[in-house]
Amino acid sequence: MSTATIKKIKKALTGNEAGAEAMRQIDPDVAAVFPITPQTELMHAFAAFVADGKVGTELVTVESEHSAMSATVGAAAAGARAMTATSANGLALMWEIVNICSAMRLPVVMPVINRAISGPLNIHCDHSDMMGSRDTGWIQIFSENSQEEYDNIIQAVRIAENPNVLLPVMVGSDGFIISHALETVEIYEDAEVKEFVGEYTPDRTLLNTGKPMTYGPLDLQDYYMEHKMAEHNAIHNAGKVILEIGKEFGKKFGTEYGFFDTYKMEDAEYAIICIGSTAGTTRVVVDKMRAEGKKVGLIKIRVFRPFPFKELAEAVKNLKGLAVLDRADTFGGRGGPLYIEMKSALSDVKEKPVTRNFIYGLGGRDINTTDIETIYNQIEETVKTGKGAESFSYFGVRGDV
Amino acid sequence: MPNNKMIEIRWHGRGGQGAKTASMLLAEAAMDAGKFIQAFPEYGPERAGAPMKSYTRVSDEKIDVHCNVANPDYVVVIDPTLLNSEPITEGMKEDGILLVNTSMTPDEVRKKVNLTGGKVYTVDASKIAEETLGRPMPNTPMVGALIGATHVIDDKALRSKISHKFLGKLGQKGVDMNFAAVERAITEVKGE
Amino acid sequence: MSLKSWNEVPLGGVILEAGNAKEYKTGDWRSQRPVVDKEKCINCLTCFIFCPDSAIKVENGIMIGYDYDFCKGCGICANECPKKCITMKPEADFR
Repeated sequence: MSTATIKKIKKALTGNEAGAEAMRQIDPDVAAVFPITPQTELMHAFAAFVADGKVGTELVTVESEHSAMSATVGAAAAGARAMTATSANGLALMWEIVNICSAMRLPVVMPVINRAISGPLNIHCDHSDMMGSRDTGWIQIFSENSQEEYDNIIQAVRIAENPNVLLPVMVGSDGFIISHALETVEIYEDAEVKEFVGEYTPDRTLLNTGKPMTYGPLDLQDYYMEHKMAEHNAIHNAGKVILEIGKEFGKKFGTEYGFFDTYKMEDAEYAIICIGSTAGTTRVVVDKMRAEGKKVGLIKIRVFRPFPFKELAEAVKNLKGLAVLDRADTFGGRGGPLYIEMKSALSDVKEKPVTRNFIYGLGGRDINTTDIETIYNQIEETVKTGKGAESFSYFGVRGDV
Repeated sequence: MPNNKMIEIRWHGRGGQGAKTASMLLAEAAMDAGKFIQAFPEYGPERAGAPMKSYTRVSDEKIDVHCNVANPDYVVVIDPTLLNSEPITEGMKEDGILLVNTSMTPDEVRKKVNLTGGKVYTVDASKIAEETLGRPMPNTPMVGALIGATHVIDDKALRSKISHKFLGKLGQKGVDMNFAAVERAITEVKGE
Repeated sequence: MSLKSWNEVPLGGVILEAGNAKEYKTGDWRSQRPVVDKEKCINCLTCFIFCPDSAIKVENGIMIGYDYDFCKGCGICANECPKKCITMKPEADFR
């Protein structure tokens, strides 16, 4: 079907409402819910859809996030299309089962409304929650705004359930900045989304008594590594499926999705690479600086796991300078998580740009257009003087850095 | 409002006065009028009565920027006591508009906040709210007053949004009361 | 037994053959073997009730011996037997 015939319904929605809309249209068999700021309103809105009979979902109210993920894993093993959602400390509490979910190869989809992991106690946006779980075997997709959150959750179901993938997917979007902001979102018709998502017919289910099987048995020295290797292989191969589904989505709904998005990179000399809502703010700055004759560009990460290291090295290799923005720290590593990945990706390239890492916006600290312009100017300065090259530090913090 | 330009609005209120609701109501009405919109509160430790800010962006084009509004075109003050305590005019554009819920005249407000540029409007939205809605909720009349002062969107879009949003909850009588509040705010808002 | 490689194992460590524990002959673990003296045995089946490995063979209400594929030689049957007609003997004597 061509995009021209797809009807789009413009709505003023918060990020959480957009996430709930996607879940309503997906209509999962089971959703486990536990409130945590700033995710609470997402499941609140979805629970209202359940109460109003708009979905057939079995809503399980649990007593903690550990239980939420456990219930989701149980439901998925039983053959259900199962979802839950969380933020920050909630994700931390479910961490044990998060790993078990991916190891059991259950195609769970979980919106994560990105928030700082306490402490000190904070409820606002950064990416420390998902970055802290980046090595758990989940596919990780980040969204810039409510529209992308909605689109990504819909695609995540297809990615997770693909027989060549069978891995859980986290879909991140910025807490408060997106989750609590009202924005213009284009919703597609229920029937179109349902057609895209399709029926879930799992091959292996606990409830199939005709074909009994055991989930989660002991797995020791003789087989553990073979299972891990299969998981390793699956997430690396998932990239192909993510791209295919991103293309198919674009064909049907008009917006194609890839591993990352580039903006005015063709002839760019200096670029910022970042994740989430900051990319939108950066795009505005690129336009302003381009109008002033500066050759600046932007790369916005969508898929962080599997990390598209080859494609990214290719995308940035001709730059003079690259500023890597991280909304999380690794505390003792070589800068933020994105910086570490980019340094690693660039190790394959002979001629490479000067890089510099800026750790910003922790705990929801605002980053505005002036800040972004400062970063572009700083990376240009670094290239010209060599000062600060290959360094990592905080940006927008009081005191000398 | 000029074409192809993004209008940025900062709302000052106290927790519980409906500044967030006002910022979102205007945005929703603007979207119905064909604009791209954004509205979000600046969340701190939320407490009833504590000073808070909320923001609205209205544009003819898709809105990419996702930071707080630093240089508002319009500043709306829902609680006049904030004039003494909050940096109300901080970052306001040179040709910006300051709209305050107060019984003072625009000139009196200008002197009180030491504003040199821009344009000041006032409206006694609390009084209007008391007399039309029967309770001191000045947020809806303030949205009306802002439209009256700036024509940021057509007031018909606001009326239709109010009707659509409040009919189920408040009934036709409640909708009519809000219409009356908006009507009076549009008429009574005064500029320099 | 040859072990499967990573691209042959079922995904997620799932076991697809129900009840495949049967293929694992735990009788190999036994260091002492229970031997019953059927002259004294009264077929009360106390051993059958207590055996943790379901290794007591019974036919038509008669205790007929042991399933040595799964008897681990724990000795519970010998301990519980009211007629003390089960004795534990070194496994080495039989192999």
